[in-house]
Amino acid sequence: MEIRVVLPQHLRTLAQVGSEVTLSVEAPATVRAVLDALEAGYPVLRGTIREHGTLKRRPFLRFFACEEDFSLGPTDTVLPARVLSGDEPFYIVGAIAGG
Amino acid sequence: MSSVRVLVGTRKGAFILTADGTRTSWDIQGPFFGGWELYHLKGSPVDPNRIYASQGTGWFGQLVQRSDDGGKTWAAVDNTFAYEGVPGTHQWYDGTPHPWEFKRVWHLEPSLTDPDVVYAGVEDAALFRTIDGGKSWHEMPGLRRHGSGSQWAPGAGGMCLHTIILDPADAKRMFVAISAAGTFRTDDGGETWKATNRGLRSNHIPDADAEVGHCVHHVAQHRARPNVLFMQKHWDVMRSDDAGDNWVEISGNLPTDFGFPIDIHAHEPDTIYVVPIKSDSEHYPPDGQLRVFRSRTGGNEWEPLTRGLPQKDCYVNVLRDAMAVDTLDSCGIYFGTTGGQVYASADAGDTWTAIARDLPPVLSVEVQTLTD
Repeated sequence: MEIRVVLPQHLRTLAQVGSEVTLSVEAPATVRAVLDALEAGYPVLRGTIREHGTLKRRPFLRFFACEEDFSLGPTDTVLPARVLSGDEPFYIVGAIAGG
Repeated sequence: MSSVRVLVGTRKGAFILTADGTRTSWDIQGPFFGGWELYHLKGSPVDPNRIYASQGTGWFGQLVQRSDDGGKTWAAVDNTFAYEGVPGTHQWYDGTPHPWEFKRVWHLEPSLTDPDVVYAGVEDAALFRTIDGGKSWHEMPGLRRHGSGSQWAPGAGGMCLHTIILDPADAKRMFVAISAAGTFRTDDGGETWKATNRGLRSNHIPDADAEVGHCVHHVAQHRARPNVLFMQKHWDVMRSDDAGDNWVEISGNLPTDFGFPIDIHAHEPDTIYVVPIKSDSEHYPPDGQLRVFRSRTGGNEWEPLTRGLPQKDCYVNVLRDAMAVDTLDSCGIYFGTTGGQVYASADAGDTWTAIARDLPPVLSVEVQTLTD
């Protein structure tokens, strides 16, 4: 299936892509599967979203889809149907910084 | 005709400043990697168009970029910095054990002989190397496994390996400096290391003869005289005449001996430069006057260099890797400030000009002297 992923600005620049990328992901399309496909398609992003080795989410990033937060749950959580159908994207969001 | 290329790393990107050998008119390219912290950029001595850059942010971690065309285009190389084995613990600020954790690359030092070989000094302190132009990085674990590793502690900026000196006279000799552990030397290509801190005195260490724990800010070596090292420590400017085995203080008549960078004239091994900073709690020049101090006697006797530098209301800092020299006949000296200025002197420090005035805070400055 085709999954839409929205990246934060710095990662768009790094991967040389627009605001959104579309990834082919085998079912079941879990958080981990989407991130694996993203890093496979754009190797420059390895280590920028998840730490090398442990694959832990970097602390200043969150994952959202369909108004739900997928950051803290198990990474084998299957994404909502509207993400699987391509109607909604999976968002990778960087913490805002003020000051 | 010679020219000069200045590589500037800032809090919000990299900039490349170029001029011909007269160094009177400067072109500024950038920002490269806008919005990212560029801790350090450095070119290969044997292939100046090969430049490596340390790129990162707290959000997205560490990247390393490589250019093969003098900085016009860049490509990311490997960014995996994995400690060898179980990394163990070092001291935390409160003296308790704390696990070793990779945070960032502070300094990249390309080999003197092979553009594909680069050393990386990282936080938490360790030395990494690539031998394939950045396709992969591997730790040189002998340093971290020096018996004192569990006693190393971070300075305020983190426990960083910030200085790497490759000895031009001995391919197996290398020096590194870590804040706050001290200086270390290998004579066998990095297999084993010796702490080289005898003579350093640090008020924050109860034991006056402590082997490690010293907050060394930067170390410089002249290629023509590799056994002589100059050091800017947290407090104190120091000199060693025996490759770091013993150090003596050469602060002399400096208005304050706190500071970060130290560098050496390209053709005069006893002419050295520092930028005195008021104190470790007030990181700006004394009296609001930005002054480089030069010693032509290898230390102790210092003269202020002020022409062209702000002499009132100046409260910037100059960080440890933000000073460099070119190798033109009339040696050029360059430094960048946390206020975003890059100052250059084409006459060994007698007069200064701001060659960039409004950049983001400058983290590092390196200079390449290019010949057609």
